[in-house]
Amino acid sequence: MIEVHDLHKHFGGFHAVDGASLRIAPGSITGLIGPNGAGKSTLFNVIAGVLPPTSGRVTMAGEDITGLPPHALFHKGLLRTFQIAHEFHSMTVLENLMMVPGGQAGESLWTTWVARGRIRREEAEIAARAHEVLEFLTIDHLADEKAANLSGGQKKLLELGRTMMVDAKIVFLDEVGAGVNRTLLNTIADAIQRLNAERGYTFVVIEHDMDFIGRICDPVICMAEGKVLAEGTLDEIKADERVIEAYLGTGLKNKAKTEAEA
Amino acid sequence: MDFLNALVALSNFVIVPAVAYGSQLALGALGVTLIYGILRFSNFAHGDTMAFGTMGVILATWWLQGLGVSLGPLPTALLALPAGIAICAALVLATDRVVYRFYRAQRVKPVILVIVSMGVMFVYNGLTRFVIGPGDQSFGDGSRFVISALDFRAMTGLQEGLAIRTSQAITLVTAIVVVAILFWFLNRTRTGKSMRAYSDNEDLALLSGINPERVVLVTWLIVAALATVAGTLYGLDKSFKPFTYFQLLLPIFASAIVGGLGSPVGAIAGGFIIAFSEVTITYAWKKVLGHLLPESLEPDGLVQLLAVDYKFAVSFVILVVVLLIRPTGLFRGKAV
Ligand SMILES: Nc1ncnc2c1ncn2[C@@H]1O[C@H](COP(=O)(O)OP(=O)(O)O)[C@@H](O)[C@H]1O
Ligand SMILES: [Mg+2]
Repeated sequence: MIEVHDLHKHFGGFHAVDGASLRIAPGSITGLIGPNGAGKSTLFNVIAGVLPPTSGRVTMAGEDITGLPPHALFHKGLLRTFQIAHEFHSMTVLENLMMVPGGQAGESLWTTWVARGRIRREEAEIAARAHEVLEFLTIDHLADEKAANLSGGQKKLLELGRTMMVDAKIVFLDEVGAGVNRTLLNTIADAIQRLNAERGYTFVVIEHDMDFIGRICDPVICMAEGKVLAEGTLDEIKADERVIEAYLGTGLKNKAKTEAEA
Repeated sequence: MDFLNALVALSNFVIVPAVAYGSQLALGALGVTLIYGILRFSNFAHGDTMAFGTMGVILATWWLQGLGVSLGPLPTALLALPAGIAICAALVLATDRVVYRFYRAQRVKPVILVIVSMGVMFVYNGLTRFVIGPGDQSFGDGSRFVISALDFRAMTGLQEGLAIRTSQAITLVTAIVVVAILFWFLNRTRTGKSMRAYSDNEDLALLSGINPERVVLVTWLIVAALATVAGTLYGLDKSFKPFTYFQLLLPIFASAIVGGLGSPVGAIAGGFIIAFSEVTITYAWKKVLGHLLPESLEPDGLVQLLAVDYKFAVSFVILVVVLLIRPTGLFRGKAV
């Protein structure tokens, strides 16, 4: 689905992504883990066209998409969410979702004035779809709330909902679980699995919660210092010496050790 | 004591002129605030954009007058507005193409764009003076008054007269129509919502498939229309002189900042706040007080806080105070 070839992203002299190569299999839910500062978000930003790479190539289904602007990638079905949830703060939750589908009749200045009927029908359809998405995410009661007033977790759900407004092919989720309570996290995990099974979305998920990763992700890719360290199931990753080294001093090492000893 | 006469004098010298001036400032500030919200810089060329658009209207008006076209009691300039807007739009779009787009692609800091806009301002300024000259141009025709002071006195038998000029009435009506269309557009149409989305959160807008160049294009079109309408209304109400439009930059920015940069509602509120402050502080209150106070207390002086020559100081002081105590403005725009 997505292939990354020897990607570099330098900030001045600092190599945030330093020769990363990886393949995302179509239809997978791939987990991306690694210590803070490993370059995971930067990798997402380069793939999604937010940052130009210093060197390297990204292809999607064989087509070179390196350096395409985000809105062009969006129309190819490549979507991402942000580590810190973003929203259109002056709009309601429903309006936030309705912003998403591209190519609406109302986009033409000309149609805006002359084809009110067509636009109204189309907007009614999109609103219906947005309500379905909100029901799916169990936040339909928030439809008319200003997006700025949502909790952190609810904003993450809204981000996920945004990807459901179109037929995405691949969705990059950056720390979906950060600052989200257990119940909401389970809702998100369910939503990801259902979207993967029912609508064939491929997911790449950055997350620090290993239970969450273990529950929905296969394979898991581990990054550190801008490079890909290892790829495999979560158990294989946890047992990998280099990964343990990278997480040195963090809980995963102890956890991996106790599990290895057991 | 004569309450009615005081009220009429107050309306004639304060309320009516301030409402007209406030509408003009509001339209100007709307343009500034849209550029700030979407292109993210303070456009110092806005005053001269207004001058250029108005020049387009004046030239088209003269041409129409030459053909013998007239709107009767209304100024021919109203008919020339679309032509002026088109000329102004062509200029700002060309500027965006050759100047701003380059800097956008570099993702330069807003302060650099501000300086670039100053350069653009000098170019526009020179262009306008080159075409129409630096002097005063009068282009208003049609009837001068909706109600003249004389008619009003004859009608009511009051001592004070109330004059409403055609240009003042037209200013208010046009401003209401333009603002209504603008708000409908921003809040109800897909393109308008894309603009708000882009202003709310540029990164998310891009990742939601919104094409930034389209948003920018539509923004410039709207700004050209607002600037031309604002400039023409001001020119009809006062007179057209390129330098005056450069001077208007201060009260216009003060309006946009008082209301909160990036907030359209704020720009309108700000326009009226600045206009009313300027007019009330530079008005000689002797007449109104004379009607209200018993004869023994009647003031000897003019009771004018500030000479009209210093009217720009009013905007300046309000601007400084707002920046000191509430930099986001009344309607919580983006902090400057
Ligand atoms: N725009 C930037 N400018 C400079 N350094 C950056 C920038 N973005 C990220 N970095 C640095 O790159 C490294 C990788 O960051 P990031 O990709 O956010 O890591 P992760 O998401 O894996 O925690 C960090 O050390 C961070 O400080
Ligand atoms: Mg990160």
